[in-house]
Amino acid sequence: MNQKQPFAINMNPDQKVPLSFHLNPEDFAPASDSEKLELVTMRESVSFWGDGIRRFRKNKLAMASLVVVIFMMFFAFVLPRFYPYNYAQQIRGSEALAPFEYSAPEQAAKDAGEKIFPHMLGTDTLGRDIMARVMMGSSVSILVGLVASTIILIIGSIYGAMAGYFGGWVDTIMMRLVDIIYTVPDILIIILLSVTLKHPLQALATKPGFAWINTVGVGLISIFIVFSLLYWVGMARIVRGQVLALKELEFVSAAKALGANHNRIIRKHLLTNCIGTLIVTTTLQIPSSIFTESFLSFLGLGVSAPMPSLGSLAATALDGIYSYPYRLFAPAFTISVIILAFNLLGDGLRDAFDPKLKN
Amino acid sequence: MAQYVVKRIALAVVTLIIVSTFTFFLMFLVPGGPFLAEKAPSAATLKALEEKYGLDQPIPIQYKNYMLRLLQGDLGTSLKQRGREVNNIIFTRLPVSAKIGGLAILLAVVVGVFLGSVAALNRGKTIDSVIIFFSTCGIAVPGFVVCTVLMYFLGAKLNLLPTFGLTSYKHYIMPVIALAFYPMSYISRLMRSCMLDVLGQDYMRTAKAKGLSQWKALFKHALRNAILPIVTYLGPLLAYTLTGSFIVEKIFTIPGLGNSFISSITGRDYPLIMGTTIFLAFLIITMNVVVDIIYKLVDPRIKLS
Amino acid sequence: MSEYLVNIQNLKLSFFTPAGEVKALNDVTIQMKQGDVLGIVGESGSGKSVTAYSLMGLVPEPGRIISGSIEFDGHPMHTMTEKELRQIRGNEISIIFQDPMTSLNPVFTVGNQIEEVILLHTDKNRKQARERAEELLNLVGINEPRKRLRQYPHELSGGMRQRVMIAIALACEPKLLIADEPTTALDVTIQAQILELMNDLKEKIGMSIIMITHDLGVVASMCEKIAVMYAGKIVEYGTADEIFYNPHHEYTKGLLLSIPKLTATDHEKLIPIEGTPVDMLMPPKGCPFAPRCNSCMKICLKEMPPYTDVNDDHYSACWLLQKQAYKMIKDGVAR
Repeated sequence: MNQKQPFAINMNPDQKVPLSFHLNPEDFAPASDSEKLELVTMRESVSFWGDGIRRFRKNKLAMASLVVVIFMMFFAFVLPRFYPYNYAQQIRGSEALAPFEYSAPEQAAKDAGEKIFPHMLGTDTLGRDIMARVMMGSSVSILVGLVASTIILIIGSIYGAMAGYFGGWVDTIMMRLVDIIYTVPDILIIILLSVTLKHPLQALATKPGFAWINTVGVGLISIFIVFSLLYWVGMARIVRGQVLALKELEFVSAAKALGANHNRIIRKHLLTNCIGTLIVTTTLQIPSSIFTESFLSFLGLGVSAPMPSLGSLAATALDGIYSYPYRLFAPAFTISVIILAFNLLGDGLRDAFDPKLKN
Repeated sequence: MAQYVVKRIALAVVTLIIVSTFTFFLMFLVPGGPFLAEKAPSAATLKALEEKYGLDQPIPIQYKNYMLRLLQGDLGTSLKQRGREVNNIIFTRLPVSAKIGGLAILLAVVVGVFLGSVAALNRGKTIDSVIIFFSTCGIAVPGFVVCTVLMYFLGAKLNLLPTFGLTSYKHYIMPVIALAFYPMSYISRLMRSCMLDVLGQDYMRTAKAKGLSQWKALFKHALRNAILPIVTYLGPLLAYTLTGSFIVEKIFTIPGLGNSFISSITGRDYPLIMGTTIFLAFLIITMNVVVDIIYKLVDPRIKLS
Repeated sequence: MSEYLVNIQNLKLSFFTPAGEVKALNDVTIQMKQGDVLGIVGESGSGKSVTAYSLMGLVPEPGRIISGSIEFDGHPMHTMTEKELRQIRGNEISIIFQDPMTSLNPVFTVGNQIEEVILLHTDKNRKQARERAEELLNLVGINEPRKRLRQYPHELSGGMRQRVMIAIALACEPKLLIADEPTTALDVTIQAQILELMNDLKEKIGMSIIMITHDLGVVASMCEKIAVMYAGKIVEYGTADEIFYNPHHEYTKGLLLSIPKLTATDHEKLIPIEGTPVDMLMPPKGCPFAPRCNSCMKICLKEMPPYTDVNDDHYSACWLLQKQAYKMIKDGVAR
């Protein structure tokens, strides 16, 4: 007979079929929904922040860089308060000491049983403690990075959000301006500004209420002016891109339908939703601003004396590089560590929070 | 394409106009006017100078004259090097800087592309980690640190290379390495991520499915695609090399344009500062346009749009 | 010589990801004779593409073959060196990928990419390769082939690019053509054209074809045999007629119910398959389809169902078949 057994158990050796006669009829009873559900393993759902923080914690390099950043902040802002020497203080008789060297009066005091704090990196030719100056330099560099990034964050995000939100010809004009600024060679403009603004700003500083200009320094002010004129365009482009994508989403239409005004929609709904990108871009802006500041200070265009920055410390030490290499390497090493740590921190945050790189 | 070129050039022209206008107005902030330093000249000299440069005329006229002079390529006369034209200074100094800058760009691109590709192809292995480590450090170390470290160890400690001047091929080694260090690290990182991106593309799978060997697929199909984004970095790279030369030339005492620019700043030689700035801005902006257009030319995908 | 052109036996393949082992293929057995046209159907992640890639030795990292064997035309593909595999790839087995937009290299001309494979596997010189490329473009129905050869992929439409991919695949007259969702990324009208072209070519050239798709309509028009895959396993295998008119696995039935029919009346609704596919990182120990199955039984959650013959050329892995068999044996009907 040609007809096959319709439901024969497959005996093809290739198919490795276990003979299933150990089964009993209950096994063929229908399974309940709850039994089925047990089989489905549910993955825990995690929030954006929870997920990001978890990933950030897992990233050893990013965690290490966070520790370094915190340490550098401590070194730059807290330690100087407890440090016995001031960055501007010129100790008579203690000029040009080597690390851990004591001047004659200091040695005498020490022998008399007084506690004299050692000059860990020695002193410069004016008798200023180099360690104290490196600390002050670090705080200037970090502050410049933070202030510049804040300026960029504010201008860039507002500009970008407005361009993206209003769209149309407003967007076209605003972004064309961004395109133009983007092609302006920024370093040259900074140099030009700090050279030409020197006199007007110094003149301004003599007027009451503007004395702070001398404290901050003409160079630094020029840097900040240029950052607020030129550097925000990168941030603006990124924010605009995000807002363009976000504004098509339902919750924006919902907010509009509920009568929220432009200002509220931009601040509450759009900017909060690209906060991950904002944090990442701002963090990565910090090292780049520090980089620029150190470049200018090295050329003598940054902070004004006696305030030190890591760049100006290195520039001053350049003359004595063969006799006192540590005077150069201390600020050089510190600035490299600061920039590296902020870079790695930014990279870590990006990996953890930038949705585009998720998975 | 033609439309793109026109648009891109128009944008560059607008930028140049803005930069030179900006420079023009900044000159009025300088004490004693645009062509003078703090030194107060006699009233007669001042008047003569004002007449010579048309400073007694209303600002719009002055602006027009200034722009016309710029158009003719006249950047004014140096204050400190009496009677020397800014143009003259720039063109005697530029070849020196161009040689070092060109070599540095070459070194940065060649080594950067190579290291980036090696890292991407060995993703996750030790060599990848080593390259990532060094390139990450490389973009964190400011130019003056690289210069001084090189100078101290190779120059002073080991006494292998000369530390100043530019008289033999040996003199080129340290400045070129110092200048190439940052862009080289940057390009390795860029190249690594572009290469990884390309390696994951469907056409790489197609190449493999055709039966191409690993190397052939890499050299023909991957490299060509991964290297395209590097072209876009050439514009910023040039700007970096030019500004980076300020530091390198200062530290290694090289008689290039960067060094002359720095001394013009310390010497408050305003016409020279302005002239060099405008010249460099012009160079950077023009090169950016050229690079952008080259990029469109080498990437066939964009030809039509 | 083996009687089969393709003989995959009990193939187990896993991806060793940082999150754990993903069992992509679990005991896959496929046999094809010269000239067979097999359709592999399943949803994304069911392992249909991986099966095809394993046949070419193209399993992406971090995939590893755990056990089983892959034979093609008598060659043991799973033990061959990379160099030996390269002789076969693009020459004896070639593949058409899903997305013609991204599968061609954007920076080389179409001609360059077709000639490349010809130069690689034949003794033809450049000029002959160019002639052959032109001939191939004619064959796949591209007009003005001479002009097209000099164009870049982005200058062609999606359908044209897929024709170019087919031309590349056919360049060396392979014994086996794998089509990995060749129409998924295309417009419906273009889909029909490409399928028609493939049907034509099948007749003309007489090669074997493995058609991978999630679209039952596509296999219906082309394939003689169909394998339905779910979670790395072939859950039902049979001739096209058997699968369409006598499906036995609940998943196959579900797939058939979810196809829109032109003849459907107003009150015949499309019935989607509820739920989502299993997490392949933690596959259940019973039938992988059980959680989504409407006829799920207690046994289904406990144990993997064995393959059971429905008839000569049709088998399925479902406990319902075993239930019927069991009942028959118990009742003394069978044997």
